[in-house]
Amino acid sequence: MITLINYGSGNIHAIANIYKRLNIPYILSSDISTLKKAEKLILPGVGDFDETMKLFRKLDIKDTLDELVLIKKVPILGVCVGMQILGNLSEEGTENGFGWIDGEVKKFDVTKFMHKPHLPHMGWNEVDPIKKSPLFDQVISENGFYFLHSYYFSCNNESDILAKTNYGIEFASAINHNNVFGFQFHPEKSHQNGIEIFRNYANL
Amino acid sequence: MLKPRIIPCLLVHNKGLVKTVNFKDPKYVGDPLNAVKIFNEKEVDELMVLDIDASAENRGPDFTLIKNLAAECRMPLCYGGGVNSIDQAIQIINLGAEKVALSNAIVNNPQLINHIAKAVGTQSVVAVLDIKKTGFLKKYEIFTINGTKATGLKPVDFAKQVEELGAGEIVINSIDKDGLMTGYDIELISKIREAVNIPISVLGGAGSIEDISDLIKKFGVIGAAAGSIFVFKGKYKAVLINYPNRAEKAELLKKFY
Repeated sequence: MITLINYGSGNIHAIANIYKRLNIPYILSSDISTLKKAEKLILPGVGDFDETMKLFRKLDIKDTLDELVLIKKVPILGVCVGMQILGNLSEEGTENGFGWIDGEVKKFDVTKFMHKPHLPHMGWNEVDPIKKSPLFDQVISENGFYFLHSYYFSCNNESDILAKTNYGIEFASAINHNNVFGFQFHPEKSHQNGIEIFRNYANL
Repeated sequence: MLKPRIIPCLLVHNKGLVKTVNFKDPKYVGDPLNAVKIFNEKEVDELMVLDIDASAENRGPDFTLIKNLAAECRMPLCYGGGVNSIDQAIQIINLGAEKVALSNAIVNNPQLINHIAKAVGTQSVVAVLDIKKTGFLKKYEIFTINGTKATGLKPVDFAKQVEELGAGEIVINSIDKDGLMTGYDIELISKIREAVNIPISVLGGAGSIEDISDLIKKFGVIGAAAGSIFVFKGKYKAVLINYPNRAEKAELLKKFY
């Protein structure tokens, strides 16, 4: 059973639809007693870092999630802003993230770009796994994944980087530390490649 | 490397899908959800859906339709039509669309871009500029309400303004080229591309894959949006939803890389 954390992020339904089509059991919840029974979590995300963290504060589930992730070691997968809030801080705002993966979220510095890419980073780009992970089974690298963001996760430990993508600079497009996973791209909007990722996560 | 996006644009009128010519004479081409299902199978890069009735009828967005579209879409969805408040924009993103398109409302109140960007993030705010040449000197001007209302705004100036206010993308929609299938308005696109640093997508005029190929050759990473070529087939314009397959798309992009 996959538990999708239902804190008000819009892409949760698209992720739920993929599990429905794959016939993999899932549940949407923000209720503490339901969350406590979770075997595997997904943290969706679209939008602003601070607004997202405020929603968690309002629901008062941060301590529950800390316990699940850090003590019970329940696997958790963050998508887009759901990945960014796995880190400590973001240049997008002033709120603290969950801090489950050591890193800060930074804005792309366009002055460092060799060519002149535009921000936000919007569209289909390649994701190159730099570590072998079962999450990328059956993924066709050149078909790419859909990105939509202006900020990226900067890992303090290189060993937490699972895959990289090039947009002006090389940045971490997938990260992993112990039971915590994060994807900057939107697998729920990336056709077959994305479906494979969610299937692989369920099989992990 | 980031790829250019090839984007079917679907127009909603009386709950059905239509295609217009110069923003007029809507021709029925099918059911919106059915079209999304077909575009899923064809693995399109992104989808844009514009409700062309909402602002004209002075009503808000059709949230039931958006909810159904977003749940069905396995590709990113941009929705526009009748959005004129922060709450509506938040609701559209919460229903699962990736981006919300604004046109009439931001012409009347440009600051709305800033407020919506703060609420949903810059990356999800799209400014759609409907543009046609007017007057004796044939100068470009922004129009609203399906091309019926002149605004007096100059496209390049307004494009800079929406970028500054926090739009994440600009869609340049040529009224003069809409439905003609004779190629994009390259002059107009060049002017706006030079003026702003956010991603742009262009709409109006694509009549063949070659038109899209030419556009990408000239501008590199850009959103190539089109209506007619993805819903019509052949010179008699028989309704048939189509989209280049992976091999055709790779061939098209190869010329660029």
